[in-house]
Amino acid sequence: MAGTILPFGPQHPVLPEPLHLNLQIEDEIVVSATPAFGYVHRGLEKLADIRDFRQMIQVVERVCGICSMIHALTYCQGLEELMGIEPTPRARFLRVIWSELHRLHSHLLWLGLFADAMGFESLFMQLWKVRERIMDINEATAGNRVILSVNVIGGVRRDLDSGQTAWILSELAEVEKGFSAMSRTILHDYTVQKRTRGKGALSRSQAMELGCVGPMLRASGVSQDMRLLGYAAYGELEFAPVVEQDGDCYARCRVRFAELGQSIGLIRQAIAKLPAGDTSVPVKGRPPAGEVVARAEQPRGECLYYIKANGGKFLDRLRIRTPTFANIPALTVMLPGIELADVPVVLLSIDPCISCTER
Amino acid sequence: MTIEADRIDSVELCRAVAAFKAKGCRFVTITCVGADQRGAELLYHFDRELALSHLRLTVAGDEVPSICGIYSAAFLVENEIQDQFGLRFNGLVPDYRRTLFLAGEDSLPPFRRKSGPDQEE
Repeated sequence: MAGTILPFGPQHPVLPEPLHLNLQIEDEIVVSATPAFGYVHRGLEKLADIRDFRQMIQVVERVCGICSMIHALTYCQGLEELMGIEPTPRARFLRVIWSELHRLHSHLLWLGLFADAMGFESLFMQLWKVRERIMDINEATAGNRVILSVNVIGGVRRDLDSGQTAWILSELAEVEKGFSAMSRTILHDYTVQKRTRGKGALSRSQAMELGCVGPMLRASGVSQDMRLLGYAAYGELEFAPVVEQDGDCYARCRVRFAELGQSIGLIRQAIAKLPAGDTSVPVKGRPPAGEVVARAEQPRGECLYYIKANGGKFLDRLRIRTPTFANIPALTVMLPGIELADVPVVLLSIDPCISCTER
Repeated sequence: MTIEADRIDSVELCRAVAAFKAKGCRFVTITCVGADQRGAELLYHFDRELALSHLRLTVAGDEVPSICGIYSAAFLVENEIQDQFGLRFNGLVPDYRRTLFLAGEDSLPPFRRKSGPDQEE
């Protein structure tokens, strides 16, 4: 084989989690990239064999910390569909609020890591400082910063009072002010443009063919977002996906940055329309039976749960297709042809979550 | 409640998947519902403008045609199913030979059942 094989990861300064790439290099240009995994695989799907379907809510929340709330939401929505349960209107709106808080802190975390990968260490710290306000909201409203544990079958286990919603709105105003102040650097700085424009580009047809999801797909001109399905209360809120056309790292950055403002807008709408009433419905009757596919939009894109139940307390099969698992094949097309020095930026542009991939 | 899916066999699989691609569908994933020594059941999921379509493939034995030649992104999930259920995808590129998640010395597929797909263990 011509060229040099360069192992990239599993331990690398730019990777917060272990992912390995075998890069075939010729004159500092990547010729091919083969991903490898298995360093932290936990086999969580297999736990469905020995954990009650209700206990599995706590398990799926731990597939990934950054999108734990939406994992539990997707799982609960699947079970609710199987069991014929309709969550209360208030629960559906509360689910939107906590989902968008998760998207906000995930995107701010990613923007910080992305800035750090390009050498903007102070920008990284500033973005994470803004993110802390979201983590404080999570802690004050759910009792936890990361694993919120608010979802139950039939609704949510926590509520927000009027004082909390007013405080959330005032905190979000500060968050908006915080990341808006950095927009000039993130979107217009010469170095950012030089490092991201034209790098790792995917055309619309490539993104579709490679099965990309979320901001990866939308940055390539495909207006697809699972929130358009109208799950939880999204169907009652004004929403249109953020779409860019260039398909490169810069376009992905623009999509995620614009989605920060969009998430704040969705939370404001949800709080303004938050109906009174109970936060959950009592769940009675037999355990679920049948099979269902549930989907939701996580910060990184479409998440799919396949649930097969037999009427007993243990599920026959639980399959979780996480967004990073769908976006990794695109790396085999995005990396060839770029310089070795650009690999960290292109790799981070998919917002890789190895915790999700190695569920 | 069951998922509405077109039932196909191994011979029809690649033609059916190619038809989804020709319609502009996005490949979502493959779910191996269950596998044992008698055979396996797999669901292929495709999306077109937020509408999901499914193919349900039932195979006897361990061999399944790979769809990597049609949707290259399928290589990751097919390798995962090889690791977890012990199936073998013919034509899979790259083929990790059951080392995607497993460490090589692990020889038993952890998700494979001892009895039939529809029976209790």
